[in-house]
Amino acid sequence: MHVVHSRGDKVFRGIVTAGALTSLVILGLIGSFLFARGAQVFSQYGLKFITGTNWSSSMEEGIPSEFGMGPMLVGTIIVSAIALLFAVPMSIAGALYIEFYATGRVRKMLSGLLDLAAAIPSLIFGLWGIQIFTNFGQRWASFLGNRLGFVPIFNTISDNYGRSPFVAGCVLASMVVPITTSVAREVYSRTPRELIDTCYALGGSKWGAIKTVVLPFGKSGVVGGAMLGLGRALGETVAVYLVLNLNFRYTFRILESEGGNVASLIATRFGESSSEELTALVAAGFVLFLLTLSVNMVASAIVAKTTRS
Amino acid sequence: MSNSSAVLDTPEQAFAGLETRDAHAWFGKHHALSGVSLRFPAKSVTGLIGPSGCGKSTYLRLLNRMHEFIPNSAMAGEVLLHGDDIYGESVDPAAIRLKVGMVFQKPNPFPAMTIRENVISGLKLAHIKIDNEDDLVEKCLNRAGLWKEVKDRLDASGGSLSGGQQQRLCIARSLAVEPEVLLMDEPCSALDPGSTLRIEETIKELAEKITVVIVTHNMQQASRVSDYCAFFLSDGGPGVLVEADQTRKMFTNPTDTRTADYVQGKFG
Repeated sequence: MHVVHSRGDKVFRGIVTAGALTSLVILGLIGSFLFARGAQVFSQYGLKFITGTNWSSSMEEGIPSEFGMGPMLVGTIIVSAIALLFAVPMSIAGALYIEFYATGRVRKMLSGLLDLAAAIPSLIFGLWGIQIFTNFGQRWASFLGNRLGFVPIFNTISDNYGRSPFVAGCVLASMVVPITTSVAREVYSRTPRELIDTCYALGGSKWGAIKTVVLPFGKSGVVGGAMLGLGRALGETVAVYLVLNLNFRYTFRILESEGGNVASLIATRFGESSSEELTALVAAGFVLFLLTLSVNMVASAIVAKTTRS
Repeated sequence: MSNSSAVLDTPEQAFAGLETRDAHAWFGKHHALSGVSLRFPAKSVTGLIGPSGCGKSTYLRLLNRMHEFIPNSAMAGEVLLHGDDIYGESVDPAAIRLKVGMVFQKPNPFPAMTIRENVISGLKLAHIKIDNEDDLVEKCLNRAGLWKEVKDRLDASGGSLSGGQQQRLCIARSLAVEPEVLLMDEPCSALDPGSTLRIEETIKELAEKITVVIVTHNMQQASRVSDYCAFFLSDGGPGVLVEADQTRKMFTNPTDTRTADYVQGKFG
């Protein structure tokens, strides 16, 4: 039981409780705002809003508008998945290097730089990443396309690899790596020293100690770090907007010059939208909100499961 | 100060093959241990005793090259295993640690592993092929005195055991790689008296086959469990070996008055 001893305690308790509730209230308000504004769209289009492949705002009387965000939703997942596919292994390797291989000043410098990089706005990474990856990414993409073109997802029709989901994913990966590495390093650094020592005392190598103790110990933390990174990737607007040509067709060809994601859809259309389309964009925002929430819930379920066993 | 010239009077046929000659240890500029020469008797328990800060744990960690993991640490002198210096240039420390195993102060089974996986983890770490896993697990747990208690739940997590059982699991884990020498760094200091007695019985049984070196600052434990004792002391400077002999003699008729004062509880 919680016993409140004095008035000071009560006041302090009130303050911290309010602090804790604030984020919940904000989350609730965002959700209900998005839902209330978008509800009309959901009732009008139903499931078609989620799965449909046509997004056209009609300016003329008599011709109905049509809003279906399906390809953007799939695009969000594809681009984010590509980003994580690259970012997570790199982050784990980087975190292990800083924590267990770098020594002295190099280590201090690297971990300082890393925390700094994690705080840089993603837009900056986006601008830089686009410069780099439309070149490099294009080369890797054409390599993949030429060698593995027979695999459906690497198949292409055009040869314009530079504006593909693959390249957008690379750019997003560069945004995700610092934050994920930073979290992973933090978690790895908390591995109990006796457990690592035990591995050595049993005749294990450094890699053996990392595999036996450090990686299992840090597993849930790394999932958490990846989720933070994924949060960035899912909501990333500018980078995707600048790289991809929004295309309302379901595509799983990650090297093709088409695609898009929900955030960039909202950003592209927002400025010139009619009030009808605006409502549809808010509804799309609500779907992105739900996607982010469910990804995080799945992630915490994974974390809870792995830490229990 | 007597310069640690004390040696156990070990006849050649009873020598474990492990000895130190004029061993020193430093942490940065702090000279923690000075000039320890000691020959360990085989198939027996040698207790390293002395007050806190006397260098006994540091000395123990010199014996399997765990000392070098502490940043800025250094050592001098020789640690010989069957005549070869384990600090020699071409020596793989991992190979040494397979022959000279270690059990730590706090029970620390690998938390993500089952009891069975914990026992064989050393072999996996050292890439040693396991012929008959079930037999090996049973044998090691038996020697560690844990088999009867856990035989029906080998796939339970190591963390589900009591503190004393966890420590015996750690002993089983160390035994699986078949070390010649087992180093124990205050293995009972985190345990209750009942568990402590169980571990002490286990230690005595182990000494029928291998050499055990145990650090303890519990005098009763040293007198109960050890066959030989080595007394370390620091007078503010580096720790030195004051005296080493059969435990019975150390506790009843030690040569050095400081040993007598310590074992009688006059200081420490």
